[in-house]
Amino acid sequence: MAQVTLRKVVKRYDEVLAVRGIDLEIADKEFIVLVGPSGCGKSTTLRMIAGLEEISEGQIAIGGRVVNDVPPKDRDIAMVFQNYALYPHMNVYENMSFGLKLKGTAKSIIDTRVKQAAQILDITDLLERKPKQLSGGQRQRVAMGRAIVRDPKVFLFDEPLSNLDAKLRVQMRTEIKKVHQKVRTTTVYVTHDQVEAMTLADRVVVMSNGVIEQVGTPDELYHRPTTKFVAGFIGSPAMNFIPCKVERNGGALKVVLADNLAFDVPASRTGRYEGCVGKNAILLGLRPEHITETRQHMEVDQRPFDRTLDVTEPMGMETLVYFTIGATPICGRVAPNAGARDGQPMKLAADLANMHLIDDSTGKVI
Amino acid sequence: MSVATPAVEAASPPSRYGSMSRDRKWALRWSYFFLTLFAIFFLMPPIYMLITSVKTSAEISAASNPWWVYKPTLDNYIELLTQNQYLTFFRNSALVSICVVIITMLISVVAAFALARMKFWGSATLATGVFLTYLIPETLLFIPLFKMFAYVREWFDIELMNHWWTMIILYPTLTVPFCTWIMIGYFASIPKELDEAALIDGATWTQTLTKIFIPVALPGIIAATIFAFTVSWAQFLYPLAFTTSTDQLVLPVGIVTTLIKGDVFNWGQIMTGALLGAAPPLVIYAFLMDYYIAGLTAGATKG
Repeated sequence: MAQVTLRKVVKRYDEVLAVRGIDLEIADKEFIVLVGPSGCGKSTTLRMIAGLEEISEGQIAIGGRVVNDVPPKDRDIAMVFQNYALYPHMNVYENMSFGLKLKGTAKSIIDTRVKQAAQILDITDLLERKPKQLSGGQRQRVAMGRAIVRDPKVFLFDEPLSNLDAKLRVQMRTEIKKVHQKVRTTTVYVTHDQVEAMTLADRVVVMSNGVIEQVGTPDELYHRPTTKFVAGFIGSPAMNFIPCKVERNGGALKVVLADNLAFDVPASRTGRYEGCVGKNAILLGLRPEHITETRQHMEVDQRPFDRTLDVTEPMGMETLVYFTIGATPICGRVAPNAGARDGQPMKLAADLANMHLIDDSTGKVI
Repeated sequence: MSVATPAVEAASPPSRYGSMSRDRKWALRWSYFFLTLFAIFFLMPPIYMLITSVKTSAEISAASNPWWVYKPTLDNYIELLTQNQYLTFFRNSALVSICVVIITMLISVVAAFALARMKFWGSATLATGVFLTYLIPETLLFIPLFKMFAYVREWFDIELMNHWWTMIILYPTLTVPFCTWIMIGYFASIPKELDEAALIDGATWTQTLTKIFIPVALPGIIAATIFAFTVSWAQFLYPLAFTTSTDQLVLPVGIVTTLIKGDVFNWGQIMTGALLGAAPPLVIYAFLMDYYIAGLTAGATKG
């Protein structure tokens, strides 16, 4: 059993608070991804779990044992670094077996474990090579191999794919997922790439400014963000935030935007947004895929409107269209054959069934 | 403006494409010119030494062309190498230099590792302090050192004056600060993740130093070793001040004090002695330079 528990964990560098009292429960065998922009405290949190940074306040427990004062080697963890951190003078076999050798593990056991890990990662042919004779992807595999052979309670990954090119990154991402499915070790993975976070994680922890914004499954974060930060951070292109007012429309509600645009709020949401009527600083959150071209048979909650497009970006499987509502730049996603052209007017539809209303003063999703 | 631009481009000389290689050609010509100048300037003295060392005393003092040997002879070499005195100087120098190199590297590698990596309170100030001690001219230290030697004699009844092995204690004051400084720089260039990986792998600080840092920083260690050896082999002032008996002299001082008798300069033997004395550093350079390969860290991290 290797659950990881963080209780009120604080990291302070002199006057600067890098991590501001976070609480997190990571279950046994779970794949958790910490994601957030640079400087949000995600790497610091990981390094505190690893024991590479001291904890200023709070408590970290691995497998039920508080490890605040336990040195990294006794925490039974393994870490994969962004820049691989392979020992340049040792070959792949020596790199992978170094930790076990220091522990005094028997040679035969070391040999079996290294060969098993090499097989999992498909690097059996590379065991005699030095790190400088390997490509970036191979080095990253070796770094993972070094972690696997130690059979630790927890794997820690610190942005392991950031140094790889886009194609290799996608490939290694799948590879990491496969490895986790095989070895089923509790994993904490840090990245700034939300796509990596969404694709790998059982649960994603979104961090910002030293605090946890939201913890949830990728699906929850995408469809039910609780804060403006999470709504804007998860998803690419990012969610549109359009200033609006909520007004009564007979028994129903409507959101009034700039440029005389107004959309009826779906009946199912009326209750939830009742309190927003007449309030200032309300934002309508709509993801680009919920602003599409009008179709012949529109869904119930789709609301048509006309706009002139500023820029279009054909992506192949879809076309991104950019326009403004008032002064707010908006991004929408239309079918490639919808006839979107730069500078041309277009009939679009907003899918209000997937709308969010955000209180901009508190940053909370209503 | 947009109309004028193509006209300007059309007016520019058509031979633009060749300019890169033409620049390179000129750069190479200048490089060769200055390198030749440099080589002549620095190779003249050793060539002059070599020519003089194979001349007889009579020929050296004759008013003939100093750059030509009329009657080459190996007498100077034979005479010097059959003299016990010269071999003693050589042995003293070799022992002192080897011991100094060992002591220096033992101290500076460990000190540099601690100062560069262990991040204790005051480590940065201490690192600067180490380097500052190197900036004190050695000539300023004679009097304090004489005083210290007197105290040692008084308190412990150990005579440090006029012993070749005293140099083993003295030279590290010159070599340790600089070598530590070189090694601090070298260790600092090793990615931090490497010792963190070792730490997680279960290595102690000592194991991190011996199993990771020393092998990775080998080029730096070799550079520091060459420096320490050269300094102790060529050191002149300290042995001149602290040793007097002929059997206690090291090579640089020995040659000068024994081969210049009064106002008689035995130029043939002086040049021979100096030339033979220059051989060990040359051999060491030639041998260690092969190992002095930068980029050993390539592959440790990205890039």
